[in-house]
Amino acid sequence: MDSNIKRELMIENFENPFHKESKNGKEFIKANTYNASCIDNIDLYVRIKDGKIYDAYFDGEACAITISATSLMVKKIIGMTLQEARNFITEYYHMVNFENYDKTKLGNLLIYEDIAKQPSRKKCALLPVQALEKSLEICEEGGKNDK
Amino acid sequence: MNREDFLMCKDALIYLDNGATTFKPKQVINKVVDYYTKYTANCHRGDYDISQKVDFEYESTREVVRKFINADSREEIIFTSGTTESLNMIIFSFMRHYLKKGDEVLITKAEHASNVLPWFELEKEMGIVVKFIPLTRDYKVTLDNVKAVTTNKTKVISLAYITNVIGDVRPIKEISEFAHQNNILLCVDGAQSVPHMKTDVLRDDIDFLAFSAHKMLGPTGVGILYAKKKFLEVMPPFKYGGGMNIKFESTKELEYKEVPLRFEAGTQNIAGVLGLKAAIEYIESIGIEKIREHEIKLREYLIKRLKEVSNVTVYNEASESGIVIFNLDKIFAEDTANYLNHYHICVRAGNHCTKMIKDDLGVKNTCRISLYLYNTFEEIDKLIDVLKNSKNIYDIIL
Repeated sequence: MDSNIKRELMIENFENPFHKESKNGKEFIKANTYNASCIDNIDLYVRIKDGKIYDAYFDGEACAITISATSLMVKKIIGMTLQEARNFITEYYHMVNFENYDKTKLGNLLIYEDIAKQPSRKKCALLPVQALEKSLEICEEGGKNDK
Repeated sequence: MNREDFLMCKDALIYLDNGATTFKPKQVINKVVDYYTKYTANCHRGDYDISQKVDFEYESTREVVRKFINADSREEIIFTSGTTESLNMIIFSFMRHYLKKGDEVLITKAEHASNVLPWFELEKEMGIVVKFIPLTRDYKVTLDNVKAVTTNKTKVISLAYITNVIGDVRPIKEISEFAHQNNILLCVDGAQSVPHMKTDVLRDDIDFLAFSAHKMLGPTGVGILYAKKKFLEVMPPFKYGGGMNIKFESTKELEYKEVPLRFEAGTQNIAGVLGLKAAIEYIESIGIEKIREHEIKLREYLIKRLKEVSNVTVYNEASESGIVIFNLDKIFAEDTANYLNHYHICVRAGNHCTKMIKDDLGVKNTCRISLYLYNTFEEIDKLIDVLKNSKNIYDIIL
């Protein structure tokens, strides 16, 4: 993908992030992730219903890469089954780690395909999926899964 | 000034994070290397020549520190691992025994974590009450504000002399006079002040002072705890072990050494302490007043030039130290720091271990510039040029 297009998409999602709002209702699973070495800190709010991600939001303070990646991820995961979400997480990790991955699973998040070339920014791009992983764990541990 | 003494002062690198740690001059590095290559031995333990040499170097550092902060006696100087350990020793050894449930301790929301969290823990443990001195609109501490929250239960005031985010110089002498008139102890976090301005614990009548070697051109892993001898005499040791005892028997009979060795259990960071000596001697060879004067001139120039950059907000214009915090409009502090890093300019982004100041400052994260003697006006010019070109920040960092 052209680097200008990638950059524009990141800036657009940083300046006008999708579903950036705290959701403190009981129906949402809240998962926080932060970077120990810097100041990115986000909360992901996921509502799981009938085995699917019914809705998702996020909030927090973070750099352009973390905010844009979280915004794009939130858009992407709404409507996914839990298995699809797990597959998405796996493919995203593969992409960021320069391993073989299925491009069809990642949509616009492909714009972070080269992020690990800047090692200090890799952790910024991983925060949203780490939050999603945590949310799924909470759900599996008997958390909220509205029937 | 003196850039030739610092191997890290390479042309391409502009280091503006001296509040975090400082470069070391070759005099300090040589002192550490000499210890490791010419007279490595433990101290206070050997009867051979090189051990005697180590004892002399180690103990004479105590005298060098005493003179540097104008303490009464070298016995009032304890070597620790850093400001954090010094403050923890004061709070968990001395204060834990001195304070009683309901006693009040005054701090501010601008204090570093090391002068907050031990107090919070002691509050949980023994029911002391930690209260905040309100800050002025410029985030400063005034004597009136101290008086406003002092009650007959106030037993300790614990403040940084210079704060690590706002960089304001607190009126410690005035506060000290007031505190002592009211039977209140004064504990001072000197991490950001001792390296940058003349410290005089007698003039300011400071009861406890904590600071670090690595923020004043010395090695990492060494700090100093100064306390008036009368307090050290009654303070229980923070650590127990070798080097701090005179005897211990199977009958459980034991005896500890006198102050200050009682507080230095285990093998100390000898190389670090010796490096600290070289650091203080180096600072004194230039003159701490001259260093401060240079920093203030740099600061004034920096503030003046930052005003030329339309999208910069400076949050602590009224402070009187080499610390300046700012943000670029609508840009996250970490992104600004990453952008500056692209031009080999090192600044700190974040909350700088001072997580409560956001309540007053209205912003959680900032970029911090902290200056020292080897910074130059040319470096500031370069920084300003880069900031002026920051319209293309995302082309650089994304």
